[in-house]
Amino acid sequence: MNVNNRDKLFAFITATSFVMDDLRIYLDTHPTDREALDYWEKISRVREEAVKEYTRNYGPIYSYDVDVKNRWAWVEEPWPWEGRC
Amino acid sequence: MWSYERRLQYPVNITCRNPKLAMVIMSQFGGPDGELAASMRYLSQRYSTKNKKVAGVLTDIGTEELAHMEIVSAIVHQLTKDITPQEIMESGFEKYYVDHTLGLWPQSAGGIPFTSTFFQSKGDVITDLIEDMAAEQKARTTYDNILRLVHDQEVCDPIKFLRQREINHFQRFGEALRIVLDELDSKNFYAINPDYLPDIKK
Repeated sequence: MNVNNRDKLFAFITATSFVMDDLRIYLDTHPTDREALDYWEKISRVREEAVKEYTRNYGPIYSYDVDVKNRWAWVEEPWPWEGRC
Repeated sequence: MWSYERRLQYPVNITCRNPKLAMVIMSQFGGPDGELAASMRYLSQRYSTKNKKVAGVLTDIGTEELAHMEIVSAIVHQLTKDITPQEIMESGFEKYYVDHTLGLWPQSAGGIPFTSTFFQSKGDVITDLIEDMAAEQKARTTYDNILRLVHDQEVCDPIKFLRQREINHFQRFGEALRIVLDELDSKNFYAINPDYLPDIKK
């Protein structure tokens, strides 16, 4: 598979999002863990930047963040379950 | 991937408890034409169309139905908040109460447990979309039936919102069906599955 910037950025979003999914559950039961709170703050910032860059250059990921430039891009790209082949 | 937003799509604030009404409205959580069945129906069906617009409609409506399930659940929860054993016995809520206390469990008003046999995922987008249009009408009829029984404005208000969404979704599914039909091969005269055609191509 040819790994380009888009793939790298997408993999980064998948990874950082999962870190936040796991941290969220941990913080639900450990809401005062300083180290975890700092990690959440740091990772949420880099994830948000990555999502913004991806959305701007390649299309929407989140249903509320569809960037409309005279067209509805939400139904343009392949859906995530389609696979590459 | 899904993520949760800490808000209801339409607000629910009920000040007057009513377990009898909760028993009826519960059907739109886990009953045959309820929101759980609606969501699972559309989210299961979306894999069998190659049409990106139609897959989008199924994804987005299937997602909204989860939010509707939350609204119905909030109504049932608030209608049964702090009810007394006496109110439970007098309202006919005791048969539900004995198994679930005041917890939310998907079942119909008549006690039939939620089952995936409430819906179909046929692998034929035309078949599925026609079921989906019928499903929206059945849910709308159920909300009409509920509205005949409800006189509390605090309950009527979110129910009317949900009823209106059924009408809107029916319209969108109709448009999705038209998109699929418009793009059919002219040899596919009887309008069968455009995404799985080994028989027709012979």
